[in-house]
This record gives sequence, structure tokens and C-alpha cells, in this order.
Amino acid sequence: MSIDKDKIKHISKLARISIDSKKSDSLAKDLTSIFKFIEQLNELNTDKVEPLSSILNTPLRAREDKINDGKIRDKILENSPKKNEEFFVVPKVIE
Amino acid sequence: MSEIIKKNLSEIIDLIKKKEIKSEELANLYIDKVNKSKKLNSYITTCFEHTIQKSKEFDKKPNLNSLLPGVPLAVKDLFCTNGFKTTAGSKMLENFIPQYESTVTENLWKEGAILLGKLNCDEYAMGSSNETSYFGNVINPIAKDTVPGGSSGGSASALAADLTPATIGTDTGGSIRQPASFTGTVGLKPTYGLCSRWGIVAFASSLDQAGPMTKSVKDCSIMLEAMAGFDNKDSTSIEKKKENYSKNLKTDIKGLKIGIPKEYRVENMPKEIDELWNKGKSILKDLGADIIDISLPHTKYALPTYYIVAPAEASSNLARYDGVKYGYRSSKGNDLIEMYENTRSEAFGDEVKRRILIGTYVLSSGYYDAYYLKAQKVRQLIKKDFDENFGKVDAILTPSTPSSAFKIGEKTHDPISMYLNDIFTVPVNLAGLPAISVPAGLDKKGYPLGLQLIGKTLDEQNILNVAYAFEKNCNFKNEIKNWWL
Repeated sequence: MSIDKDKIKHISKLARISIDSKKSDSLAKDLTSIFKFIEQLNELNTDKVEPLSSILNTPLRAREDKINDGKIRDKILENSPKKNEEFFVVPKVIE
Repeated sequence: MSEIIKKNLSEIIDLIKKKEIKSEELANLYIDKVNKSKKLNSYITTCFEHTIQKSKEFDKKPNLNSLLPGVPLAVKDLFCTNGFKTTAGSKMLENFIPQYESTVTENLWKEGAILLGKLNCDEYAMGSSNETSYFGNVINPIAKDTVPGGSSGGSASALAADLTPATIGTDTGGSIRQPASFTGTVGLKPTYGLCSRWGIVAFASSLDQAGPMTKSVKDCSIMLEAMAGFDNKDSTSIEKKKENYSKNLKTDIKGLKIGIPKEYRVENMPKEIDELWNKGKSILKDLGADIIDISLPHTKYALPTYYIVAPAEASSNLARYDGVKYGYRSSKGNDLIEMYENTRSEAFGDEVKRRILIGTYVLSSGYYDAYYLKAQKVRQLIKKDFDENFGKVDAILTPSTPSSAFKIGEKTHDPISMYLNDIFTVPVNLAGLPAISVPAGLDKKGYPLGLQLIGKTLDEQNILNVAYAFEKNCNFKNEIKNWWL
């Protein structure tokens, strides 16, 4: 799989990272070599293999649906880059 | 410079327990050396006022029955510390002050330890040389211009330079064991689920584990005992009783079966590493262990599998950095989407971007089966290799790394050559197993090299014992000359 500039444009859009065209050349080169390396996996026939999605033998634990903290609104807001009283502020999304 | 800070953690704990040194005096010794060691760039943040205040409190009412009584400790800057900046080595979190404490660090403080500061690491723990940190390269105290390994590079450097008596790191593909090997220290990656991931900045959630980095195997057992344990806040935390690793440490390994996987003898591996591996085998054999040749046939597919699974999980985990709730926000952009795109472009470094893009691609529509599902299947085969062999052997001995510490800049131009550093450590993370790197010797440059012992699930005690017996008979000595002072 070779990764070209168009593909970089498409993936960076999906990942919400703007990439300038200068960077996109070197990224395309790096990613092409990484994918070539990754594609060694195609040597293996895995038709009859179950995918491993969790390394644990037990299923994930569900906790009781109970509130165990709260009243930390101000603390949470402290780390916000932009806030207005009790709200996070983002650029305008509705005209 | 005081001789005390050169000592192992267990010796320092004894001095405190015998009241031969106070916590505050000890803290001041470390603070003094940290202040004189800025050249190594191993600390991102120090919090000495807090350290002194806490050590004074300890000295007033010392609880000598705890595991880490009044011991000052610095930790990797990936663990959230309540009220103290936690950057993950990224511009994105340059000013992030957590409002909560990670479970693992909380466990350390409960055992009497005191925070000294936060240690440099590769950005979001993505790297094998500490060269991706926004806060600059870390220097290996072994030699000028040499990397300490990564991603827990600041932890390894600070430990080897006596800037903390012990420390903790995280290991997603080798980030504890490889820097331990590069600095002549001990590093253990526990079984997936033994240490809580709660409050640790996430990289690849099915692989991440926190673990101790220390100057000796005994120290390692003390630290592991302090940090491990069930945590309700981590849904993958294993429910089991706490173990007394340090009390149960023993050197009798007679009759233990140690596997030697032939696939770990890779092409172009330096002769010295092969020799060291042989030395390891003969030491364990002399101690009464049976050395058994084994095969882990899917070893060569571990790294390609890792470079699908880890970036996929990273791209999902790092989607949270949107410039809204915390972290960096770009001032450029006309709408919300542009704000996201500029924020992430300006605040993530090149390696992080590379991995997010790989992850996004392998999870994207039309490619999921070819990459991600394929990788999950191969991961199953890699795990099976271990499962089948652990019927025959009790532990597996391998080199920790395919080379000793390299020069800064030597591998940054080629991502694959950097990734190959983790060739011996990555399979362990994919299989969720515990493994320890223990120093074994020096190469002809005088740089340390480690050997890795891989254990069965939750068999930390066993690999600690083998490592302990090995350490006692190996006579490794780190040669650090304090050249930066």
C-alpha cells in the first residue's frame, strides 16, 4: 500500500489534524514505509483464527450505576482554555 | 556529593527505619543533586516545597511500618498528580493541572512516599529514545549525547543519575524495559491488569501498564508491592489479593525450567548481546535451572501487529484533545472544525501525528478488516505461542534490546529503525504478560545491556526470584561518572 498526498489529506481530515503540503510529502513517505512493514502480516493465513480483542480471561466488569462523586464543576472548568461562568466556550457554530 | 543517594531504595529505607537519616535530610540530598543535574533534562517539573513540607510532616510523626517510609520519589510525567502539572511530554498538556490523583501514585503516597517531581518522557509515551518530548531530549548519564531510551527516558536517566531512589514508568511496547536496559537499571512491566491504569494519560489502552524502575531487583519487588492492587475505577483491573513480593523474594531457582526462544536470535544482532545471553543461560544453569530451547514462531509478526493495534487505540484515545475541556487551544480558525484542526496540528508533535494518522487509517471504512482485524488475529497467534510454551517452561530468557544506547539523532530519520528497538519487548505487551529487564553486562563501549525474563500471567514473584538470583551471581556494576556535574 503506498500512501500519497491525497490519502494524507483524507486521513488528516478524518483525524482533525491540519497538515500543510510541505509536511505532507515527508509524511506520505514515512507512512508508505511503515505500511510496507505492517503488511508483512499478509504472509500469514489467519482465516481460522479468532481475533483477540481482550487479553483478560474475564469479561469487563460492570459497575453499579451509582453516583460516587460530583459537585466538581468548578474544578473541571479550571483547566478549560476558554470558559464563561459555568460553560466551556467554543467558536460560534450557529449563525 | 553524599554517598547516601547512591544507595539502593531498600538500603535507604533501612536507614530511615533505623533513624539514621530523616526524611527531610534525604529529600534535601536529592533536591541538591537534581538542581545540579539540569543538563540531563530528566525532570520536567519539580515540586520541592511540597517535598520538604511532606517530609517534615513525616519526620514529626513517622510511620515506619509503611513500605516506603518518608522516601522522596519522582514519577514519569504520564501519571496524573493532583495539583501538579502533568504534561505527558506534550505541548498539548503543557499547562494541564490534574484535579485528581492516579491510583498508582496514590498507592505510593499511602505507603509513605513523597513526590519529588515529574520526569520527562516521549510525547504521550510514543517513542524509544525520549527524542519526541516537547520538553527536549533527555541525556543518558552513561555518556554524553546518548539517549536514555524511551518512552520512560526521564525516569531511567533520573534513576541512574541518583536523582530519585526509585521511580515508576509505563510500558506499552517496552517503555520501561528498554530504557532500564540502556541505563543499567531494573525495570518491570507487570501483567496487564495488575496495576491500575486510572489517572494515567492513555496511549494504547489494551497494552499500557505501569511498573517500577529501580536500582536492584529487591527494590523492584518493594515498589511493585506498593503500586499494585485491584482498583474499581479501572474496568480491566484484576481482582486478586495483594502479594508480598519483597518478603517472598528468594534465590532458590533449582529445578525451574527456563525457555530460550530461537526466534530472538535476530539478524545483525551484535555479538556482545549473544554472548551476554549465553552468560545469562550459564548463570541460571549453574544455579540449578533447566535450560530448554523453545520456539515462538510468530515473534517476527509482533512489531507489525503492534504498529496497527497501538496507533489504532492511540488515535481513538487522543481524539479527546480538542482544545475545549482542557489542554492547548489554537487561536486560529474561523469555525469549530478549524479550531480542532489547528489545535491538534499545533500542539501534537510529529511522531504523535504519525501514529494518529496510521491509527485513523487502519480503522477507517474499507480498511478495518485488512489491518485492524488482521492484527487482532495475529495477536491471538502471538499469545498462543506463549500459552503453549508456558506448559513446558516456567519463564523465558531473552535479551532486552537488540542494541545498547545509541546517539541522539542516530535513528530519528527512519521511523522503522526506531521501532525495531522494541523487537524483544513488544510481544510481551501483546500477550499481556509480565517481564523484567535486569542489567547483565557492559558492551565494549562500556554501555549497559539487559536481559529480559518473561513470566506467566500474574507470575511476577517467579520472574522477580529468577532475576534476583541472576543479579546476585552476575556482578554487574554500573559505571556512571557524574560527568555532567
